Amino acid sequence: MSYIPIKRPKFSLLDRIYVVELAKGLWITLRHLVLSVMGKSRSRKDFNSKGVGICMPFPEQRWDAHLPSYYRGAPSLVRGEDGRERCVSCQLCEFICPARAIRVVPGSVDPSSPTPKQEKAPLEFEIDMLRCIYCGMCQEVCPEQAIFLSNQYLLTLTDRSKAVRTKEDLYRLGGTRKGLINKWNQYK
Amino acid sequence: METILTWCCDVLRNPQWFYLITTVLKLALVFAVILAFVVLSVWIERRVAGWIQDRPGPNRAGLPLFLLKPFGSKEKQPLSKLLQFFGCPPDGVVARLCRWLRFDREIPTFGLIQPCLDGGKLFLKQEITPKYVRTFYFILAPMLVLGPPLVAAAVVPFASGAGTPFGHIDMCVANLDIGPLWVFAVSGLSVYGLTLAGWSSNSKYPFLGGLRATAQFISYEVAMGLSVIPLLMVYGTLNLQEIVQSQADGGWTLLPLWGEGLSLQRWVLFLPLGISFLMFATCIFAEANRTPFDMAECETDLVGGYHTEYSSMKFASFFMGEYAAMVIGSAMVVTLFLGGWSIGFGADAWLANCNEWLAVLCQFAMFLVKLLAFIFFFVWVRWTLPRFRWDQVMKLCWLVFIELAVVNIVLTAVILYFVH
Repeated sequence: MSYIPIKRPKFSLLDRIYVVELAKGLWITLRHLVLSVMGKSRSRKDFNSKGVGICMPFPEQRWDAHLPSYYRGAPSLVRGEDGRERCVSCQLCEFICPARAIRVVPGSVDPSSPTPKQEKAPLEFEIDMLRCIYCGMCQEVCPEQAIFLSNQYLLTLTDRSKAVRTKEDLYRLGGTRKGLINKWNQYK
Repeated sequence: METILTWCCDVLRNPQWFYLITTVLKLALVFAVILAFVVLSVWIERRVAGWIQDRPGPNRAGLPLFLLKPFGSKEKQPLSKLLQFFGCPPDGVVARLCRWLRFDREIPTFGLIQPCLDGGKLFLKQEITPKYVRTFYFILAPMLVLGPPLVAAAVVPFASGAGTPFGHIDMCVANLDIGPLWVFAVSGLSVYGLTLAGWSSNSKYPFLGGLRATAQFISYEVAMGLSVIPLLMVYGTLNLQEIVQSQADGGWTLLPLWGEGLSLQRWVLFLPLGISFLMFATCIFAEANRTPFDMAECETDLVGGYHTEYSSMKFASFFMGEYAAMVIGSAMVVTLFLGGWSIGFGADAWLANCNEWLAVLCQFAMFLVKLLAFIFFFVWVRWTLPRFRWDQVMKLCWLVFIELAVVNIVLTAVILYFVH
């Protein structure tokens, strides 16, 4: 059989008169009301609620301490422990970006730098935060572990021109990342 | 000065002028109260909805203090200056309490001005009138929805009378001898608004909404009219002021605890009157077009129902009309069943003996409190019950309520005849 007949419950006369059930329903909602006004709603601890109901009054209390490690906020560029810019401007992130938010202008690496084998480094790296959709595909596709989504979620702009983040902004947000990448060691 | 005073006294001594002036004053008061209660009931609706759903609701719309900036005050300064002035330590209990109440950011209104801001927003929004509508009726419809509840309010008594040197003032705009009939007749007119809105929008969903509104209003009007007849039989009058007066003397309809209310007859009559109250309240819900009976604007199957094509202030007048109908419905229930303006337990007569005007003030306050309580009940039910199916709504009216009302009338008559 392609369908399953659902057995409907048989209502008693008391149920069908509806008044008692209505009173029960009203009692449930009233209990919710009183508990949330008193700030004792059920499962409010799970939501780290401090206010009425199970809501976090935002600007005063924030999620920051409760953000999961995999939170996808604004993308950032990182440096290695040795202070090297990890990005080699392969432009994979630029190509994968579904919203076309990233623009990379590749440049060459100074031959006298500690890692001349890397050959390329970004001359310019811009992310348009008005376009970014925080999908994290840039982070996933990056072969150099150079771009990460940070946990910065407060992106309030007063001006559209401030939406584009330059390379300096991105590095400032990303900082240094632990873990040595030996790939570009010239003695290797 | 003297001449002006004597002229005023002369004008007031003329009974016609006295009547005219007091009526205009009462009219202004009733209008102000209803419009204020429309705003207030929107606020109650949203806050209570929030609380029932475990969230705070709109609690932020305050008057932000950064508006003071151009006048040489920084955002957080007023509070700290004030605290310094009163000598409170900046980390003390008082300061923390003030900060919790957000005094440092704004003058808190607990979201009370949110409906006003919403109204302002709706006022400033673009007015879109689709090309395919029938313009005259399209414009007429919102007026027909907003008008009747305001007119119906004329007969609702909001306090007992009081004497002045120039004559007696009855605290009711029009003390008609056909009070409930007037309310039913006039508030029944608002169905034309809904129907015309649905029809003139010339669009499928509004049309269905208008049809539903018509059928539902007409059906429930019958049940509503029949359901109050037991009450009218008990009080033997159609004058709302007299009904409330007899409730003040002899116990509220649903709380007969003093005066005549302690007789056996009134306690036996409690059964038909209780049924009558349940039916009347339900019919008021249907008439005010509120959930669980908001079939006409049922968003889930009719997009927005009859007001789908409306925008800006026209939509706002539908919105206000709905809430005004709710306020008037509450006022009717309060007047007929919950004692209207009477304070209860014989306090009215005692207060009137002390000072008539004090009694009037207290009764007015009591009336507003009862009104607020019933508006809260409206909202409470809205967030408890899911919307009925269309056939259930119709069945409830035609197969249950009308029969029950007729039986109820007979029952009341029997009780009135046999039990003394």
